[in-house]
Amino acid sequence: MANKTVKIDVEYLTRVEGHGNIVIDVKEGKIDKCEFQVVESPRLFEGMLRGRSIFEAQHITSRICGICSCGHSLASIQAAEDALGVTPTEQTIKLRKLLLDYEFLDSHVLHVYLLAAPDVLGVPSFVPLVKTHNAVVRRALRMKKLCNDVCDILVGRHVHPISAIVGGFTKLPRPKDLDAMLEMLESMRDDMAETLALAKTLQFPDFYRETEYVGLVSDDEEYPLLMGDVGSTDGKRLGKKDYRQATNEFIDPRSSAKFAKWSRDSYLVGALARFNLNSDKLHPTAKAIAEELGLKPICHNPYLNTVAQVVEIVHCYEHAIDLIKDLKKNGINYDEEIVVGVNEQQKIPVRAGDGVGAVEVPRGILFHNYVTDSNGIIEQANCIIPTNQNIANIEYDMMKLLPEILDQTKEEITLKMEMLVRAYDPCISCSAHYLNVKFVE
Amino acid sequence: MERMLMKPKVAFFDFACCEGCQLQVANLGEALLDILGAIDVVEFREVMSEKWDKNYDVAIVEGSITDEHAEQRIRKIRDRSAVLIAYGSCATIGGVNGMKNSFVLDEIRQSVYGKDYQLFDSKKTRPIHQVVKVDYFINGCPVYHPEVIEVLKCALRGVPYAVPDNPVCSECKLNENVCMYDRGVACLGPWTKAGCNSWCINNGNICYGCRGMVTNPARNGANDIMARYDLNFDLIRNKFDMYNKCSEEDKNG
Ligand code: SF4
Ligand code: SF4
Ligand code: SF4
Repeated sequence: MANKTVKIDVEYLTRVEGHGNIVIDVKEGKIDKCEFQVVESPRLFEGMLRGRSIFEAQHITSRICGICSCGHSLASIQAAEDALGVTPTEQTIKLRKLLLDYEFLDSHVLHVYLLAAPDVLGVPSFVPLVKTHNAVVRRALRMKKLCNDVCDILVGRHVHPISAIVGGFTKLPRPKDLDAMLEMLESMRDDMAETLALAKTLQFPDFYRETEYVGLVSDDEEYPLLMGDVGSTDGKRLGKKDYRQATNEFIDPRSSAKFAKWSRDSYLVGALARFNLNSDKLHPTAKAIAEELGLKPICHNPYLNTVAQVVEIVHCYEHAIDLIKDLKKNGINYDEEIVVGVNEQQKIPVRAGDGVGAVEVPRGILFHNYVTDSNGIIEQANCIIPTNQNIANIEYDMMKLLPEILDQTKEEITLKMEMLVRAYDPCISCSAHYLNVKFVE
Repeated sequence: MERMLMKPKVAFFDFACCEGCQLQVANLGEALLDILGAIDVVEFREVMSEKWDKNYDVAIVEGSITDEHAEQRIRKIRDRSAVLIAYGSCATIGGVNGMKNSFVLDEIRQSVYGKDYQLFDSKKTRPIHQVVKVDYFINGCPVYHPEVIEVLKCALRGVPYAVPDNPVCSECKLNENVCMYDRGVACLGPWTKAGCNSWCINNGNICYGCRGMVTNPARNGANDIMARYDLNFDLIRNKFDMYNKCSEEDKNG
């Protein structure tokens, strides 16, 4: 084994969003290369935003990623409102939290069942599972569709929400919509139980590497997803305006995405980071599930990000149900419905501003930052996406893992590496852009 | 077994985009299994690891062409595909990626990547048909489920699909929405191709023009609207650029 020579070249890693390669080169037991390369062609979003109205930003930036477009919308809206000095109403905040719950449910179901599970079940995709595990595939697609349908009711559609905009919602759910959403979610209970039963059978590789976990933190009782400060398991905490101090982005020529680090050489964001930071604030049902699944903070096995996603599925599911019940009880104030446009009617006063949005999306903490002129036209924009923050950490994981599995076959090594990257649920199509970077010399 | 072999080989490919249009496929739910029963999906990188080295009966292509490598890749895909479907606004009209073309290329590259911008290749955004021949167009950002099914049926049967060429307003009126212009807001419905059932306006938003412009917009009607509501021409044009910037090359070419 000591003199082993392995060359692995995975072009376009599958079952992830966007394009990334894995390149490993071991010559006679010496690691020459062990890289995760992002090769997505840059779309230059931050550059394109310049000159657009801040009221359009959310519509444009949700197109950074189709899977977490609701999360991008919410981070974008938060940044715009921060720049404009708009404070959302309590009702708006509740509805945004509900939207975020739906987003997590939808995205985590997709990842756990269709993108990650095939690895654990030893097949190349969910397609062969249609034959061998038909009920599982049907359940996954059914749950996915249901998450999608409740989202359609709330904001018009899941891929690029329509009614959630700066200032609030252009269309508020009617009582019958609340009833329908509640009934649909309740109808998913059995599938939730089956999901947990499945999760218990999944076996993940045993691997450990200590790292820093970063996500939103707050002083209140709720598991923070929509609002909070930026915190880490190394005990750091910053207001969201100071996000650049936490992310410290730098570039590397082999990758069109950027790297990030805070206290150490790299950090991890996403479900596992949130769990490690805030597990005590999970919904009681989700807490019990974490215990059943044997997940304890601080967990240092990145493969278990998928298990943390299962815990979050339960949390978001229960939280969404509680929220809808609350909205039903308190009733919805339809006077808050707003008319959009590029603010033609100047309903929302514009001013020169610099606003930051920091929102947890399924893959981790997401930052949007816009600087506008006095007409509300964007002069500069910056979006720091979860995958960018995770890339360095993925590579350090790969480098620690490689010697541990070097005695295995090339196929096994490849699979474990692919699984590792996929466990992070990377969203590469969005990682390929950042803005006005201070380049590390 | 015979019949299995007859199933058309279908592959999905993605270029620069948000992959939301592909996701719309997964969002079909169990209906997807019916579709999977009629076709043989041989490549779909976002959800499958399987690869295929022979020709495709149908290639469904999402995203815009924005660099040299993408251009070479789409040419190879075209060579291997009997039918090619441009899928979603990024692929059919360049979509939001086209906004890049409003800037001098090197300037916008530099604004994002700083002095090392040349490390990462980036060309002018082009929709698929500006690079290779396209047989079917499915518009929308994201695509609209009923239309996806409709076009797929046509493509599998080999019959043409006529992309709607009437404005979104025609559907919006049928849906009995209060017109956005009457609410004091400019909407691109009068100039945008229908087929989405006026999706955005039904949900209280305006039409952003994601399906591309109708070939023959009612110019006088448009001028009337502009005059009646005292609209600023630059504002409207700026709104068009969000999705339709690439169409300028169609006119030139
Ligand atoms: S057309 Fe829109 S939804 Fe589809 S891939 Fe492009 S940006 Fe995403
Ligand atoms: S709201 Fe828009 S799409 Fe509807 S009728 Fe008015 S202009 Fe046309
Ligand atoms: S209403 Fe306009 S922007 Fe909305 S989906 Fe239809 S064509 Fe696209």
